[in-house]
Amino acid sequence: MSVSTPKERRIILKHADDPKYSNRIGCYLREGGYENLKKAFSMKPEEVGEEVLKSGVRGRGGAGFPAGMKWKFLDRKSGKPIYLICNADESEPGTFKDRQIMYKDPHQLIEGMMITAFAIGAKQAFIYIRAEFHEGARILEQAISEAKKAGFCGNKILDSEYSCDLVIHRGAGAYICGEETGLIESLEGKRPNPRIKPPFFPAVLGLYQCPTIVNNVETLCNVRHIIEMGGEEFSKIGKPNNTGTRIWCVSGQVMKPGYYEFECGSLTLGQLIFDVCGGLRPGRSLKAVIPGGSSAKVLRADERFSGTLKDGTEFDWGLEDIPLDFDGPMAAGSMSGSGGIIVMDDTVDIVEAMANVNAFYAHESCGQCTPCREGSLWMRKISQRMCSGGAREEDADLLLSVAKQIEGRTICAFGEAAAWPTQSFVTKFKEDFIRKATDAPKERDPKSLQLI
Amino acid sequence: MIAPDKKEMVNITLNGIEVEVPNGINAVEAAALHGKEVPHYCYHPKLSVAGNCRMCLVEMGTPMRDRASGEPILDEDGAQKIGWVPKPVIGCATNITPGMHLRTESDLVNECREGIMEFLLVNHPLDCPICDQAGECRLQEFATDYGRGYSRYIERKNVKPKRTRLGPRVTLDDERCILCSRCIRFSQEVAKDDVLGFVDRGSFSTLTCFPGKELANNYSLNTVDICPVGALTSTDFRFKMRVWFLKESKSVCTESSSGCNTLVSSREGVIQRITPRRNDLVNDTWMTDSGRELYKLVKSDSRIRRPSFQGSDLPLDDAISQAFETLRNKKIGVVASCHSTLEEQFLIKRLVEKTGAKVFIRGHFGEDDGILLSADRTPNLRGALVTELTTHYPSDHLNELNDSISDGHIEALLVIGENLQESGVNEDNLKKVSLVFLGTHQNSTSDGADVVLPGLTVFEKSGSLINRSFFLQSFEQAIPGPAGLMTDFKILARLNNLFSEDSSAPSELDEIWKALSTTETSVLKGITFLKIKKGAIQLDGSKWEDLSFVEKEALHHLPAGVTAS
Repeated sequence: MSVSTPKERRIILKHADDPKYSNRIGCYLREGGYENLKKAFSMKPEEVGEEVLKSGVRGRGGAGFPAGMKWKFLDRKSGKPIYLICNADESEPGTFKDRQIMYKDPHQLIEGMMITAFAIGAKQAFIYIRAEFHEGARILEQAISEAKKAGFCGNKILDSEYSCDLVIHRGAGAYICGEETGLIESLEGKRPNPRIKPPFFPAVLGLYQCPTIVNNVETLCNVRHIIEMGGEEFSKIGKPNNTGTRIWCVSGQVMKPGYYEFECGSLTLGQLIFDVCGGLRPGRSLKAVIPGGSSAKVLRADERFSGTLKDGTEFDWGLEDIPLDFDGPMAAGSMSGSGGIIVMDDTVDIVEAMANVNAFYAHESCGQCTPCREGSLWMRKISQRMCSGGAREEDADLLLSVAKQIEGRTICAFGEAAAWPTQSFVTKFKEDFIRKATDAPKERDPKSLQLI
Repeated sequence: MIAPDKKEMVNITLNGIEVEVPNGINAVEAAALHGKEVPHYCYHPKLSVAGNCRMCLVEMGTPMRDRASGEPILDEDGAQKIGWVPKPVIGCATNITPGMHLRTESDLVNECREGIMEFLLVNHPLDCPICDQAGECRLQEFATDYGRGYSRYIERKNVKPKRTRLGPRVTLDDERCILCSRCIRFSQEVAKDDVLGFVDRGSFSTLTCFPGKELANNYSLNTVDICPVGALTSTDFRFKMRVWFLKESKSVCTESSSGCNTLVSSREGVIQRITPRRNDLVNDTWMTDSGRELYKLVKSDSRIRRPSFQGSDLPLDDAISQAFETLRNKKIGVVASCHSTLEEQFLIKRLVEKTGAKVFIRGHFGEDDGILLSADRTPNLRGALVTELTTHYPSDHLNELNDSISDGHIEALLVIGENLQESGVNEDNLKKVSLVFLGTHQNSTSDGADVVLPGLTVFEKSGSLINRSFFLQSFEQAIPGPAGLMTDFKILARLNNLFSEDSSAPSELDEIWKALSTTETSVLKGITFLKIKKGAIQLDGSKWEDLSFVEKEALHHLPAGVTAS
């Protein structure tokens, strides 16, 4: 590696591992908390929005859509109330960044949310938190009541005429509750069946058919820092179109898994795995990496990626050269998604890995639309059969075909989330799938880990 | 629900051919207008769009414009470039905009349909040989038309509940269900009885009733009609008949004045079921459960099957003569009926004019459900107004008749179907008069009548009725009546002729309509029976708008003087 590995730059997780820092409001105020709320309240709401647009901050929930742009789509002419929802349903396998923020620095999120609510003119804000985060919900409840007492949230914020209530809503325990419109349905008290778009774009017809902004926890936290630095200054962090820092959640067979916050594009996947995370376990070699949560397409260790970036520069990368930002993994045919990097070494049975991913998506499909409902379970049944000694040579092609019949034909992006892993695993590791049919024993190895 | 603006027509390009369609309707309907079928399961024209079956995927593009200047972007030939959406879109939720391009027959679209069909069938039991839906099943039809024709599925199928009782009239087979949610949306949006929902998730999703509830509302069987597969079946019709054996006759429901359009399905003269027939002005695609049961009256034990005179059977011709003898040279009263067809009412009116008889008529009323069961439980009260049998709004009794008999103004009665004892005429009074009864079913009045003339049920004759919104609608004979009987208006025509030997009464529908439509002042002027057969005709009811009709605001009905809520 020619360049030395940069140091972490912690903005969002600045206090995450500080033993002297707690999640109580005292600590937050000591470190300059809620000063940016005051600053935002001295501005006009449109100016706040303008700063966020200038910062170029992209959504951290997975799709990477510019947050400032999203706010611009908000339908302000309808006269209906505007809602702000924080998507804290972090449920993409391999992702655990929002949890760190909420557990360790909840006031940062509240401040970011209140600035955002002020900017978009919301009178009611929600934090839709993943059902399994019991403790997180408790911490946030405590933080909100502290913030309300101190006048940072709720009635007449900072003694201004602006009020915005903030409530916690415990999720319904399903992956699909993290899908924007599924989340809205769930918040309304229904099954989280994602809505059809058109016509139900949240910015126009969201919660209770009113204009609604749904942002990820990390995105909303960034808003606080954008106000602190100014949009212009924030946009200098990272790279153009990939501004700010990103929290990478590394899991799998590395020596030091965990969360690491870096400026966008400041290091490569190789640097993250081998330097920051201490490399693989002794004697192991890298087999594959999923770069952005389980729904991202898998990358093979010996793959080459070449092409032209958006700015016109040509690239020819190995897996380790992929820059960690939004556009890098995208250029490599996958995505940075929610930042969940899953590392697999040569001991991993790739078919079993895919079987587990398939089992997850079959279990989590809401069942509303046909391709996802039937396709995800079918893929699961095929892959489990393959792992149980019943593999056939034609199964690889069948899996690809089923995945293709799902992709792009569903109501929400779950279709792609379920199809992409299968497509990439089978295409890139076809020999492993064929070998399952030709060489593998006709019974499942009793020593292998239990399939989900 | 998508509300199309029917007036404005716009041009779109459908499979490369420019066609004209109403602006704002969805792609499924637009394609259908030009003979292109876009297969669909969850989409129903009268329900909200769910977009979950994904069978109606089509390719869609719009003419490209420069974002900044708004100028059209042109290709080399100078034509406006089309920005095709990269993914297929669902036709049901794609509303037409001017200049839109649609492909319903491309390779991608065919591939999508094959894929969806395969998915729908992987966990389907494929039990067509024992399934009631066979023959009218969308899965069968689209699998044949758009499916791959073979299966690649070797895994085990999901197991779900079979033969679940959803309510008194509906049975559910969850394994056949394709989770289109039509029944759920119908219950919420039309029947306003939200009792159905899905439990569990993914491919294990199961349709069920909410705990402690059942699908028991008076519209529950509509869920069976709109179920595109064999999941919801009518408990009454289940395992009775293969649908391809059924003969379908266009009829109108006579349960109330709403006048639901129906299809009466019969085989070899036996009615097997009644289902609604779409009429966007009257009943959309719905009807009541209670209306579907009416066919059971045909075979009811109390059915009058033979003419009789003073208790003994005789041929119909003789019975008609006896009726004439019973009525002639007496002060006659006629109890007409709001159940009679317009044609029958016309002949009764004619008879009344020839004999100078006094007419009495009563209404039958009940609760109005605000949908398709109206408070007026007769199908043709407005017919009695139009044929001038009565000028005032009928009340629910015949007290006036009782008084007339007491006062000796009435010596003989011709009763059309009514039960006089239940209408306020006392037993002693009835004994004073000679009585001719023309009706389909026995009641205490027919039991005491001197002459009983059997009538035909609505399923055994043809005619027309005027519904609550003054829509004139015709129905056709579905099955033959009992042997030896004659349709009601022919009996009435005979009676007419007996009373006035100089002129003969019309005794065919066409002739009756010739007479009906030539009256200068009538709202029926210029109408022929053939015209009514082609579709409901809106009559001008303004002449009667001062009458206090009992019907409330309901589906496609707005009482005079009420503004839509």
